[in-house]
Parts: sequence; structure tokens; C-alpha cells
Amino acid sequence: MIYIAILTVAMLIAGLAAYFFRDLIAAVVACAAVSLIASVLFYLLQAPDVAMAEAAIGAGLTTAIFVIAIRKTGRYEK
Amino acid sequence: MYIFGQVLIGIGTAFLFLGGLGIFRLPDVYNRLQAGTKCTTLGAFSTILGVGFIHPNWMLKAIVIAVFILLTNPISAHALARASYKSGVKLWDKSVVDRCKEFEECQEIPKEEEG
Amino acid sequence: MTALWLLFLSLGAAGVALCLARAAAGPTTPDRVVGVDGTVTISIALMVLLSSFFDRQIYMDVALVYAVLGFIGVLAVARYMERGV
Repeated sequence: MIYIAILTVAMLIAGLAAYFFRDLIAAVVACAAVSLIASVLFYLLQAPDVAMAEAAIGAGLTTAIFVIAIRKTGRYEK
Repeated sequence: MYIFGQVLIGIGTAFLFLGGLGIFRLPDVYNRLQAGTKCTTLGAFSTILGVGFIHPNWMLKAIVIAVFILLTNPISAHALARASYKSGVKLWDKSVVDRCKEFEECQEIPKEEEG
Repeated sequence: MTALWLLFLSLGAAGVALCLARAAAGPTTPDRVVGVDGTVTISIALMVLLSSFFDRQIYMDVALVYAVLGFIGVLAVARYMERGV
């Protein structure tokens, strides 16, 4: 139970970091960290199929699509 | 078989902890990348094979996961090291060898002789 | 017996905590990517270990999906940083 609380706090910190970073690549990496911790939380709460979907979408698709979008626009937030 | 699996899991988790400590403590991107790649690859490989030895019915899936880690982890580490060198991250002050810079200097000299 | 498993899980969790600390405090962007990559690899091993702890085989599929797809994000970020800025 204490592990779930610690992971929830870590996910909150990673989400705040994704909000406050000026470098958008670092924000994308923070989003990947949020997805990873969410998947581990789903795993610990005994829902392995939801964790599998979260892993496939969050680790692979979301990061690649965000990086492609950043390549089209610009790296640093004004 | 059970004892052997537990010994493998013990070695693997010790290497996982050492890999995390290396990522946290070392001074440079390249040093961190080396510690993170080698230690975590060996640790994950040993841990997964240990679980496969404890439950012999799961051995096939464990081998598949271990082979995928063994294939994909060095690829990502190599791409990341080259990207951080190309994007201009400095080496540590006490690093002594920079083969990539030496290679580029060797590549530049014959062009000047031709011209 | 359970104490030994808790020791193994605690060692792995300490590794995850150190990697996440480096990902939070890294000076440059590749440091953060290194931290998240190490976290992914240690998490795969811990997922397999927890599936042995809960004694269910279906839990290993999450680790299999992470092992197949986990490196695509790191590879995309590395390709961007190599070509771009």
C-alpha cells in the first residue's frame, strides 16, 4: 500500500514537471514517465489488460506523435 | 532448480540496484549511459531467467522477454549516445579519450591534401 | 521466504527511485532520457518478479509489451535530437 502512495506522489511530480518545463522534449519525456508510472499503478491494482493498453499507447504512440509534432513546429516554448 | 532461480534473481536485483546507483551518481551523460545500459541489461536478463527457472512452465515467455530486452536496449543506448554527442553535450573534465573527435580529424586531413 | 522476496523487490524499487531522481534532477535533456530509459528496463524486471510473486502468468504480458514497445519513444527522441538542434 505504501508503494502505491509513493508512486502516486511521483506521478503527480512528473505531471507538474511536464507542465512547467520550457524545453518541450523534456516535457515529452516527463509525459512518458507519467504513462510509465500509470501503467505500473494499473499493474499493482491488478488490472493487467488496462496496463497493457496503457503501455502500448503511452510508451510507443504518444511519444512518437509528440516528437513528430515538435519537429513540425519548434522546440522551445516562448 | 528453485534455489538456482533464487540465486539468479538475487544477482539480478543486485545489479539492478547498482545500475540505478550508477545512473544517479556518475558525473556525465556518457558514463551514466554506460552504467545504465550494462548493469540494467544484465540485471533484467538474470532476473527474468531466474523467474523462468522457478516456474518452468513460464520459461518460453521469459526467454522471449529476455531476448527482446537484449536486442532493444543497446539499440536505444547507442542512438541516445550518438544523439547527445551530435547535439553538443560536453564530456566530463577528466575524460581522456574522445574517439569520435579523433575520427573526424582523421577524416578531414585527406580532403585538405587532395585540395 | 517472504522476507527474501521483499528484499529483492526493495532492491529493485530503490533502483527505480534513484533513476527517477536522476530523471527529475538531470541538468540536460539527455540525462532525463537516460533516467526514464533505465526506469523502463528496471520496471520490466520488477513486473516479471511481481508476476512470480502473485503467481499469475497473465501478468507477464505487460512486461512483454513493454519490452517490445518501450524503446520506440527513446529512439524517436534520439532521432529528433540528432537531426535537429
